[in-house]
This record gives sequence, C-alpha cells and structure tokens, in this order.
Amino acid sequence: MKIGVVISEGPYTHQAADTAYRFVKAAIAKGHEVPRVFFYHDGVNVGTRLSVPPQDERNIQKNWTELAAEHGTDLVVCIAAAQRRGVLDENEAKRQGKDADNIAEGFRISGLGQLIEMGIQTDRLVTFGD
Amino acid sequence: MTTKKFLYVNRKAPYGTIYALESLEVVLIGAAFEQDVSLAFLDDGVFQLTRGQNTEGIGVKNFSPTFRALGDYDVTKFFVEKESLEERGLSEDDLQQIMYEDEDDDWAEKPSIRIISRAEMADVMADQDVVLSF
Amino acid sequence: MATLHTVNKSPFATQTLLSCLGHAQDGDAILMIEDGVYGGLAGTSLSEAVAARAGAVRIHVLAEDLAARGLNAGRLIEGVAPVGYDGFVDLVAETDRTQSWL
Repeated sequence: MKIGVVISEGPYTHQAADTAYRFVKAAIAKGHEVPRVFFYHDGVNVGTRLSVPPQDERNIQKNWTELAAEHGTDLVVCIAAAQRRGVLDENEAKRQGKDADNIAEGFRISGLGQLIEMGIQTDRLVTFGD
Repeated sequence: MTTKKFLYVNRKAPYGTIYALESLEVVLIGAAFEQDVSLAFLDDGVFQLTRGQNTEGIGVKNFSPTFRALGDYDVTKFFVEKESLEERGLSEDDLQQIMYEDEDDDWAEKPSIRIISRAEMADVMADQDVVLSF
Repeated sequence: MATLHTVNKSPFATQTLLSCLGHAQDGDAILMIEDGVYGGLAGTSLSEAVAARAGAVRIHVLAEDLAARGLNAGRLIEGVAPVGYDGFVDLVAETDRTQSWL
C-alpha cells in the first residue's frame, strides 16, 4: 500500500517528526511504500542542514536524510512555508538575493501542489503535527 | 486524473497561530487539481469565519476576505458545526456571508456555508478519501 | 468504511480527545499517540467518557509513548489496548482513511 505522510511541526519542540520517522520505518519494514513525506508549517525546519543537536541526542534531519537515501522517499519541503521560515535551497537563495542556503541533503523545496498530488496518488495519508 | 474527495478540517482559531492561513493556502493551490473539495469548520475553527475581522492593530494580514473568493475556484462546500458555534456563543449571523454561483442552476447565487450538526459532521468526515487537518 | 483517528494531545490540556470521541463513528478506531496517551488512563476525570465509547470504537494507545511516560498497560481503561508502531501501521492500512486530530 502507498502511504503519504505530512509533518506539520518543527523538530525538537514537538514529537511529530520523531513519531513520523518511526511510523515510516515501521511501514516500510512491513512492505508498504512511502513515496513522499511533505513538510509543512514549522515542519519545514526539519529540512535545515544547519541544526547542530548535542551528540548524545538523535539528529532528526540526519535520520530523514538517511531514510531518503535508503528507501528513495521524496522529502518535499513546502516552498511558501519554507520561505517564511528561512529554509532555502541554492536556487531560492539566489533568486531572493540571500547569501546562503541551508536545505539538507535528500530534501527538496517545491510547491503545495506536491501535497495535493500525494493525496491523490497514495492510498492513505497520515498527518503528524500538533 | 482521479477525482478524490478531499476534506480540509479546520479546528483552530485564526491569527494566534498560522494554521488557519496556511490551511487556506493549501485550499487555494488544491483548487487547481479539480478534486471534490469540502471544508469543515469545527471547534475553534468556526472563529475563522466570523465577520468584521480587523487586523490593523496586530500587524497581521486579514485573510478572512479570501474565503469569499473560494467560490470562483469551485470550492463551495463550507460545513460549519452547529454545536461548535453554540458552545462559543455564536450563531450563523456572526459569520460572514460566503456565496457562490451555481453553474448547474443558471448561475444562481447560493450560500457556501452549511450549518450542520455534530452527527452530520461525523458523516461528512466518514465520506472522504483524503482528510487534511490543520 | 472506517476511519482511524489519531489524537496526540493530553485531554487535560485541550478538548481534542473529546471532540474526536464526539465525531468517531461505530466501527472506527482511535489511536492515542504522544501526549495523547494520557487519555487512555483509568481513574481520571475523563476515563468514563472514553470507556463509554470503547467497544463501539476500537481505542488504542501507542505502547512506546506510554512506556516513555512511565506508564504501562495496567494503568489503562478496560477495553483500551496498547499497540506498537507495527500496530499503528496496520490500523492505517486496515481503515479507509486516517484523520489526525491536531
């Protein structure tokens, strides 16, 4: 079965990104497919490569980057939500005249249409937020 | 393209948090996908539709007029829960008027807001393919 | 045509669980996750409201979230059963849609 996932809260403050990660791992282990995870609201902050959690703590961004590399899951960060919160890829940084980008490996920035498309193309959609 | 029933569930008040505004942004983009769209307003979500919102004093954009434009995008089903209104001391008169033109009925102007009971809201929720919560 | 409802808030902080209980239909399932697991506890001011729907609605708590908060299955309302992440995935697959009560 194809399961789409939405993460709508930021990392560390809320448990949403952790719960979603464990859910996705369990779903894939059971033979389901998770073609895409869509990051919205403060969830876009999961996609910054500039977070530096203490070494004895889980690294939420890295967890997702590794999961995407291993399973080909498409990690999409909403562009409108990301721009508000300062999450940029190289193209956006250039376009907006910013001096740096911060999107992490395995994540890409795209539009809200990707969320709707995920809803249409998957069998189930599960939202993790607060 | 497959047509699915999409329900946007709005349970949060506007302005205190960004959820209401960013929900509306999804609805606007989603309209281009020509799905069967319904909006649900319950719990504090009913506060999103109150008339007379004036945000000048808080420095935040007033997005409530945008609801009135959704009819042009074929988003015409606004289900508002009666119990949620009553619990908050509100009635339909406290909500802004949102109309759409029904192309199947000689473009007659009709209200988009439908006040329904909690039990009917549960039926609306149970009738969906995709539920997006904000 | 059943729905899986997830609730992630403590019912002592918000009305989310009560709203979910008010909209879940017979045959649906509710899974309490994160701080939502407190809604599964027996002997609270809300236990009765939850117990009243348990049976007609399948009510579960996520075992890992329960354990993280120092609680175990013995503290749960009768008829409320813990499931792991595997069970969470099964509930999503078995029902027709998932509605998150955020």
